[in-house]
Amino acid sequence: MESYLFYIVGTIAVLAAVYLIFERNPVFCALYLIQTMVCIAVLYILLEAQFIAAVQMIVYAGAIMVLFLFVIMLLNIKGDEESKRSFPFRKIPAILMGIGLLTVICIILKSKLLQGKQDVYTVAHIESLGNTQLIGNLLFTDYLLPFEITSILLFVAAIGAIMLAKRKL
Amino acid sequence: MTFNILSILPILVLAGFGMLVLVVDVMSARKLGEKNLLAYLSLAGIVIAAIVSRNSTATTLFSFNETFTIDNYALFFNILFLLSTGLVILISHSYIKREDINHGEYYALLMFSTIGMMLMASGADLLNIFIGLEVMSISIYILTGFKRSKLISNEASLKYFLLGAFATGFLLYGISLVYGTTGTIDLRQIASFVAGKGGVKDPLLLMGMGLIIVGLGFKVASVPFHAWVPDVYEGAPTAVTAFMSVGPKAAAFAAFMRIFLTAFGSSHYEWQKAIWILAVLTMTVGNVVAISQTNIKRMLAYSSIAHAGYLLVALVAANNMGVSGTLFYLLAYIFMNIGAFAIVIVLSQKGDVGMNIDDYAGLGFKHPMLAIAMTLFMFSMAGIPPMAGFVGKFYIFSAAIKSGYVGLAIIGVINSVISVYYYLRITVIMYMKEPVRDFHPLTISPLIVVAIAIAVVGTLHLGIFPSKVMEIAQRSILTLR
Repeated sequence: MESYLFYIVGTIAVLAAVYLIFERNPVFCALYLIQTMVCIAVLYILLEAQFIAAVQMIVYAGAIMVLFLFVIMLLNIKGDEESKRSFPFRKIPAILMGIGLLTVICIILKSKLLQGKQDVYTVAHIESLGNTQLIGNLLFTDYLLPFEITSILLFVAAIGAIMLAKRKL
Repeated sequence: MTFNILSILPILVLAGFGMLVLVVDVMSARKLGEKNLLAYLSLAGIVIAAIVSRNSTATTLFSFNETFTIDNYALFFNILFLLSTGLVILISHSYIKREDINHGEYYALLMFSTIGMMLMASGADLLNIFIGLEVMSISIYILTGFKRSKLISNEASLKYFLLGAFATGFLLYGISLVYGTTGTIDLRQIASFVAGKGGVKDPLLLMGMGLIIVGLGFKVASVPFHAWVPDVYEGAPTAVTAFMSVGPKAAAFAAFMRIFLTAFGSSHYEWQKAIWILAVLTMTVGNVVAISQTNIKRMLAYSSIAHAGYLLVALVAANNMGVSGTLFYLLAYIFMNIGAFAIVIVLSQKGDVGMNIDDYAGLGFKHPMLAIAMTLFMFSMAGIPPMAGFVGKFYIFSAAIKSGYVGLAIIGVINSVISVYYYLRITVIMYMKEPVRDFHPLTISPLIVVAIAIAVVGTLHLGIFPSKVMEIAQRSILTLR
């Protein structure tokens, strides 16, 4: 059952991503992106990571994409204007590179899947503690430093937004 | 559980002073000493951070649950970053006044960016290195667009941001593949996993390594990930250009060596081939394209690409001499490159007028001291003894030969000879052509003179007495693998 669900949702995610690239209308692009995000959230649930799935829905599919749509509507971009200025001679190397990458991925899939280091986070272990608590534990023990440095990152981003966008300093 | 807070003391000092500068900027009235105070305050922060990170350790210490390393390697790079940021603050002071971008955020962002670099050099897992890279990069994207009214600066910032975000995606994808294969992001655990499997043969891990090379290769400005370099270097405020040609490059190399020597050290045959190609391309394209440049900032941009190529040669060699040579070369590069940019700042006028190489005609007669300093930096970058650049190149190329990469060393020396042409051209123009313009008013202040003096002394000292610094560099890399 789970593996069927995985293939169905995974296919939808990939298809939505492909449509996203080929779609000309930016609003539709944003909607396809939401679809991809939601599918990935479902994949997280299949992996027993409910908390991450919820965060994915709230932050990505919710907040960020709403922001995207707002910006697109405010800017009022017309669909086709950009495509005329694309460079045709860039297509051939791009296609060649894409085929190369696809070949590498196929080779990886054909080769036996390597077993990574088995960590302590088995399903039983996660269920005994609960998803959220486990992530909280990790954030405030093992990954405390990166977690705190992220505050500097956000601070820098806030300074940047004010610096670059404020009309008069 | 060790949260030894003292281990991140330099980072805390810099963060504290960065915020202090912002607060003082807001509190002080606009005219108060024309904000000289902010420059001195930031310099004080840099000096204090350098003092607290000075103590060298005999052993490797880990803190924050083994995600943060304090070893001599990290300390060497801390001093290196603080030196470059300090010199950049010295040369910025008069420049940002001239260009009317004298905001306190400028100094704060320089210091936050340095925090990111320190984290990159001392991260013991891939997550810390990644967060450090982001803090560093985002600060620099903002600094690049600091001349808000100039279109060229906005364009450079946007271009750098978009391409940088793309490169970050590659790096993150690489990290996730490495995590997926090895099950850990801790560098030493990856190392033991890879060694346990008898080197890397798994295509997934190879792809992860390749993508990490792409992401970091973008940051060190190696070919073919160099497309952003000339435009961004030209569009950014000149002092910021000086900053991003040394600091982020050194930080990216610090992370490069830490990841590839510590984590993937046992499988160096796999990644050396890729870096070999990168090194040859980077040196050749950088040097050949630099010849035809007429704008000095663009020329220095291509020259910085070429220097990244020489440093990649040392990474291919991957022996002790090459790695310590990289540390030495990065230090020498800070002196000669920031020195050259300082002269460029002194001689340009408001709105970055006077950036063409022909504008330097006759400098030797009008301002002999500046011309001598510029000649010194150019000779050093070309690798002419007895300057620092020569010693650095000597170490790097002999390390390549020692590891058996004779062909690579020969290509490097040929490139070095090519580079002599465009570095010497500036000297020739300065001394053998009649002046075409008046150099006044010079953008000069006591601080920038101090910076040029430090750069001259550093370039000469490292060139004539390299052994002391080289000894420190050799001691710094012992804990790397």
